[in-house]
Amino acid sequence: MKFKGRMWIFPDKNINTDQIFPGKYTYDPLTPEQMAEHALEDYLPSFVKEVKKGDIIIAGQNFGAGSSREQAVVCLKAAGVAAVVGISFARIYYRNAINIAFPLIQCPEAAKYIFENKEQLKDNEISVDLVTGLVEIADKIFKFPPLEGEALNIFKVGGLLEYTKRKLET
Amino acid sequence: MGQTLFQKIIANVTGKENPEEGSIIFVEPHRILTHDNSAEILKKFKSIGAKKVWNPEKIFIALDHAVPPPDENKALNHKLIREFVKEQGIKHFYDCGIGICHQLLPQEGHVIPGVVILGSDSHTTSHGALGAAGIPIGRTEAASIWAIGKTWLRIPESIKINLDGKLNKNVFAKDIILHIIGDLHSDGASYKSVEFLGNAVKNLSISERLTMCNMVAEMDGKAGMFPADEITDAYLKSRIAEPYKKIQPDKDANYYQEHTYNLEEISPVVSKPHNVDNVSPISELSDIEVDVGLLGTCTNGRLDDLTAAAKILKGKKVKEGVRLLVYPASQEILIEGMKTGVIQTLVEAGGELAVPACGPCLGAYGGCLAPGETAISSANRNFKGRMGCKTDTSIYLGSPATVAASVIAGKIVEPPKEVFS
Repeated sequence: MKFKGRMWIFPDKNINTDQIFPGKYTYDPLTPEQMAEHALEDYLPSFVKEVKKGDIIIAGQNFGAGSSREQAVVCLKAAGVAAVVGISFARIYYRNAINIAFPLIQCPEAAKYIFENKEQLKDNEISVDLVTGLVEIADKIFKFPPLEGEALNIFKVGGLLEYTKRKLET
Repeated sequence: MGQTLFQKIIANVTGKENPEEGSIIFVEPHRILTHDNSAEILKKFKSIGAKKVWNPEKIFIALDHAVPPPDENKALNHKLIREFVKEQGIKHFYDCGIGICHQLLPQEGHVIPGVVILGSDSHTTSHGALGAAGIPIGRTEAASIWAIGKTWLRIPESIKINLDGKLNKNVFAKDIILHIIGDLHSDGASYKSVEFLGNAVKNLSISERLTMCNMVAEMDGKAGMFPADEITDAYLKSRIAEPYKKIQPDKDANYYQEHTYNLEEISPVVSKPHNVDNVSPISELSDIEVDVGLLGTCTNGRLDDLTAAAKILKGKKVKEGVRLLVYPASQEILIEGMKTGVIQTLVEAGGELAVPACGPCLGAYGGCLAPGETAISSANRNFKGRMGCKTDTSIYLGSPATVAASVIAGKIVEPPKEVFS
């Protein structure tokens, strides 16, 4: 539940699900790996070529706005992104991320600090601890409220499918 | 302290008397809505070893997002869904061409006031038009609900929107909601429920309420609702037999925010590229030439929408070089429009009539843009690339009347007032 990785810094607000995973692929039967090939295609076409396993996205306000398409979460996870630290997330996107156990960290203080000091910080690594609720960048530490309740239960077992499978078995 | 409409609906469906905001409750939906994405949902359902859906009478599936299917993958999706429907005895299945899920759900009597509808489509907020809580979810969650029949919800805080006054003749429900989204922004209702109240709601039809609740998704609302009233009763009279309660929010309910809009002050507007909250009165635009007009979708493909467009297009022609795509939201609407002559008017004006379905709204087929093109659309999203092409394309969103007036002029113009007297 602890990650350390390189940063992709995306300060734009309202980076939407169509930019993360274009609608034209939504009804094609794709594997997560195939979805990853289109990650952020309409926002930053070079992303898929350059992303490395363990990278962390720093996002602006309302990341994941728009559609309920879950591929917009799956494609980032399958591309190797370990987590997104953002100012805020769109509601369905946030819920989808819990359901597929992809960590979204709403920590506006950390995200804003990184945006404001982008030039100095861009080559630093960022650490995220989901249990203690701490983000570390350079010598700064920021707190965020860790997941709790049912959302945490779902996340802990690896997502809603596994959670449901266990419910069906009991 | 009184309760909001959302709290009272949760109390109604769970029996829990005072569901506190921020608390987590488990809910069984009255209906769970899915569409072409059912193909992927059923694969997830089977992957966890689930054998039977929890209740085949509560599952609603409509094929609408790629209809008729433009390629073999999408055709196979439909085939897998039909087989699953048969195998599981799913009662409420609407095959290709019957209509868009968010139109069929209310039209066919699946939405009643005071229930919770969950749907794996972001525009599930539409169903608040009938005083129900329509809440969007994702595919994995739909698979889980098919299996176990419930999910968790956090009781949201609510935003109250008071509507007063009377609309000008060339201003429509779409203009109201775009105006509000421009004001509150794309995340203005994140994790919140939106309630539409005030003196003017009695003048808004179910179709107009569907347009507004549909677009609550574009300010990230969890739900958008009009409390049920006589207009709801009149709409439901021929559609459902079961009794329902017309649940109202308490007068002393606590709201996170309150906003009041005088409808007389709203003018015809559009959302400019590439975000829905980028709203401007049409009168303040410089000349914006258009290549394509899209009339239809779950937002604005109903008979009143097509009729408003037809009033403007009657005896006129779409400008040479411009295309008008016409996608009625359901077969019932298409047939009604054929009877009233509205469809003939739209086709005679140059409209390309298509099968009731989502069309190019999400860019998967049926009228995608070419590089460099501009669309004026009655749909709900103008994100870059939304209509299938991201290279220098622009999408403007407006009312069906604005779409009609603009395809005649070849540029975005206000709808004429004269035809609506």
